[in-house]
Amino acid sequence: MKNGIARRDFLRTGGGIAAGAAGVVTQLADADAAKPASERHAGATVLPYGRKVIARAKQLAPGVPVRFAFPDEASPCVVIKNGRPVPGGVGPERDIAAFSSMCPHMGCPPAYDAKERVFRCACHFSLFDAEMGGQMVSGQATTDLPEVILEYDAPTDGVVAVAVRGLLYGRCANTL
Amino acid sequence: MSRYSDRIPLPPRTAQKTLLTCHFCIVGCGYHAYKWPDGTEGGRAPSENALGLDFRRQQAPLALVMTPAMHNVIDDADGRRYNLMVLPDRGCSVNGGLASVRGGRLASVLYNTDGPTGARLTTPRLRTGNGWVDTSWEDALALYAGLTKKILDNDGPEGLVFNCFDHGGAGGGFENTWATGKLMFSALRTPMVRIHNRPAYNSECHATRDMGISELNNSYEDAELADTIVCIGANPYETQTNYFLAHWLPNLSGLTADKRRQRFAGETIEPARFLFIDPRRSASVVVSSITAKDRVLHLDIAPGTDIALFNGLFTYVIEKGWIDKAFIAASTTGFDKAAAANRLSLAETSQITGVPIAKLEQAAAWAYKPKASGHLPRTMHAYEKGIIWGNDNYLCQSALVDLVLATHNVGRRGTGVVRMGGHQEGYTRPPYPGKTKIFVDEELMKGKGRMLTSWACNNFQTTCNAEAYRSAIHRRANLVNEAMAKARGATPAQMVDLLYEALRRGGLFVTSIDLYSTMFAEAAQLLLPAAHPGEMNLTSMNGERRMRLSQKFMSPPGSAKPDCLIAADIANTLKRMYQAQGNAEMAARFVGFEWKTEEDAFNDGFRRAGQPGAPPIDSQGGSTGHLATYERLLAMGNNGVQLPITAYTGGKLLGTEMLYQEGTFDTSDGKARFLPSPWPGLPETVAAQKRKRRFWINNGRINEVWQTGYHERHDPMLRGRSPMSLLEMNPDDAHSLGISAGDLVEVFNDYGSTRAYVRIEPSIKPGHTFMQFGYDKGVVGDVTTNWTDRNILPYYKGTWADVRRVGADASALHRISLKSRRSEPA
Repeated sequence: MKNGIARRDFLRTGGGIAAGAAGVVTQLADADAAKPASERHAGATVLPYGRKVIARAKQLAPGVPVRFAFPDEASPCVVIKNGRPVPGGVGPERDIAAFSSMCPHMGCPPAYDAKERVFRCACHFSLFDAEMGGQMVSGQATTDLPEVILEYDAPTDGVVAVAVRGLLYGRCANTL
Repeated sequence: MSRYSDRIPLPPRTAQKTLLTCHFCIVGCGYHAYKWPDGTEGGRAPSENALGLDFRRQQAPLALVMTPAMHNVIDDADGRRYNLMVLPDRGCSVNGGLASVRGGRLASVLYNTDGPTGARLTTPRLRTGNGWVDTSWEDALALYAGLTKKILDNDGPEGLVFNCFDHGGAGGGFENTWATGKLMFSALRTPMVRIHNRPAYNSECHATRDMGISELNNSYEDAELADTIVCIGANPYETQTNYFLAHWLPNLSGLTADKRRQRFAGETIEPARFLFIDPRRSASVVVSSITAKDRVLHLDIAPGTDIALFNGLFTYVIEKGWIDKAFIAASTTGFDKAAAANRLSLAETSQITGVPIAKLEQAAAWAYKPKASGHLPRTMHAYEKGIIWGNDNYLCQSALVDLVLATHNVGRRGTGVVRMGGHQEGYTRPPYPGKTKIFVDEELMKGKGRMLTSWACNNFQTTCNAEAYRSAIHRRANLVNEAMAKARGATPAQMVDLLYEALRRGGLFVTSIDLYSTMFAEAAQLLLPAAHPGEMNLTSMNGERRMRLSQKFMSPPGSAKPDCLIAADIANTLKRMYQAQGNAEMAARFVGFEWKTEEDAFNDGFRRAGQPGAPPIDSQGGSTGHLATYERLLAMGNNGVQLPITAYTGGKLLGTEMLYQEGTFDTSDGKARFLPSPWPGLPETVAAQKRKRRFWINNGRINEVWQTGYHERHDPMLRGRSPMSLLEMNPDDAHSLGISAGDLVEVFNDYGSTRAYVRIEPSIKPGHTFMQFGYDKGVVGDVTTNWTDRNILPYYKGTWADVRRVGADASALHRISLKSRRSEPA
């Protein structure tokens, strides 16, 4: 519990900044990335992820991961409602985050541990913090668990995937 | 790294592909380095990229490791930029394609001007009245060699002090240990040398060698073949990662059962078991328990009681008859004397170690009870810093090897009594010229020595009693700084005279030869820029004596040079100085450094050992090192050859998988020696702190930070993750001091004071802590005592201190996850 209190204190000051930063990324993505590759401008620096509604916030239960695929069917992901605000979290409670289900080390599916709120990779035992942007707590990956950048559409209660931060396992670029 | 987090370029089929053995830990995983011009890349179709993989499709799990940290864009000496990708080699028997969090960053640590490694030293640097200025090699060598000569002529070699690596991998290797050794021991002939991680010139394995057993006596494959692995004071998941993941865990998982049955026909083959001896429930214990909970036993002994544990088990197996009497009679001496000296009942052992008798009996049965088929179990014993840096290195090791010899767990496949290792190895040097072991750090603190060279090491962060040591070095170096500030317009020769006067008044001229400006450089007057693997050809051997060649694929930054060629420059400058003076006798001592390349140094040292006409050379390659050439090693690829080499035939180097299989050991009579090793209790120096202070300050490595963090402290991601040393505390202990996770604390005792940030770790026992070792922000050595064993091996793991809360949650600043680094699933 002490950990949780410390983090909540931090989020009072830092969370807003994190959400704002995500907003900037979104605007860039909106400008071009949603278009088919053929219509994107030549200097585009955002991959053509497209936008995908992956859940309705009200339908997510705290601590229960929901699977989806993004940016394509070969890339399994999970969305988690943490039940308390997290850096970069979206939704009314700013507690929703989503991650790749392929460990960035060697692609095994990290399992969500609702008690510790971490993802555990069974292959080489890397631990990723579901409440800290997928940060590797310890393990063999050289990057954090790739995080799906989300937006929240209040009128429809939609949780929308717009991009992925971090290279998905087994790809040279996140879009095939 | 790529500027985008979600894509990396692929190497084209035309990319240059070279061999690179990971230069961090002892395991030495095999990698390939791909190099191709910036602005070009391979295509996604298998025919369009050098990996031959189809990136138009999602790769299957476990197919490869290829992360942004494995790519970099480097500046080369030709003025062009190149992509560099460093990927693990699936064909390497060491790692089989695995990459750890350290080796996975081999590309990230390559020099480029606009990344974190831009902090590398690129020219010699000199401290003047105005701080650091760049200088030329000619100027730097004139000063360094001039001062060396002055001291050598006036004071003798004892005035020249070195802190120097003796290992393989980065800042080491056979080329560089030979060159530095030849300079220090044959040319300068100084005994005032200490090794990178300990304050004297000594082995970390004196006892086992005295008993006739070299400490690297099996193969990594033996971990796949063992019935039981006893892991003592080692944490292989975090510190020998891919040895553990690729060879230990598959045995525990049952994946090597068929192989064991084939190798040992007629023997009972049960699922393998792991026995951990460690006061801390380390990540290795946790990971093993997740894999096979019922076949993992953790003997969580009280700190510093390993000797009692080994003696208790030794006594017990003798009573039970679980020993190999025929082997003891035929191949050993001194059994009866050791059995009497080490005798300790299980009741006494339990009382000293805190481990219940039933658990001791279970451990003994797992490791030593004959199998149903009547065969002795094949039990491998692996140890590292828990006993190497534990309560009496010599007695710890001899007590352990007594137990191993009695149960014949050496020289049989699936056994071995081995150190796990820190760095790779790469030792080839002339014999050390001293008659006794010298506690060099203390000699410096007493004012001895005039000139100190810190060569690819940084014991401001890694020695014992470090605060007092740093303070003394700074005090002495400041006398020289003051003199240098006044030396306006001085030529190198005039500077030498001026500085020598400061040295006579107690000053110390400090040179740091390294990749970066380190904490040690804060006391230095001269910095010389060195190179690391990839920037030079380098050979080393790993923990199973597997020797490989790492190929040069880029230039060192600026005018940086391989250590062996820096040593040659120093020697050649001194030779010219003595020749100019007409002193032929002294000039002759500096002959034999006329090397153009690192291969010249390799041929001069490693390949000459034991050959007719060669001077005495202590080499891990033995007298057959001459069979290894760069060309032959290149042909052997990332699997190299296990030393000692037995033959070169059919275009292949043949090596040695396991030592002592014939029952003949490294003693004059060929028999292994038991050594009496009675339990000594805690040393009084340490016990005095224990009586006064509340917490045991256990300490060690964490997975993602290599050594002193010399690269990592420049890497924003890793520095963000480890802004300073961590201190793991028990929740109740922290609560009693008003400490929350992430808080900053002071750790202090009679020896010094240091700082850390706290992680609350439920598996840490009350009264215990665990602090990160060797890091720059928060040096745990500041609170370790100056107690050492008979060979001047410190007890780094054994100190007690108090903990005081300093301030609030550092995680708010750095966004560090404070969750347990080794939590277990419910």
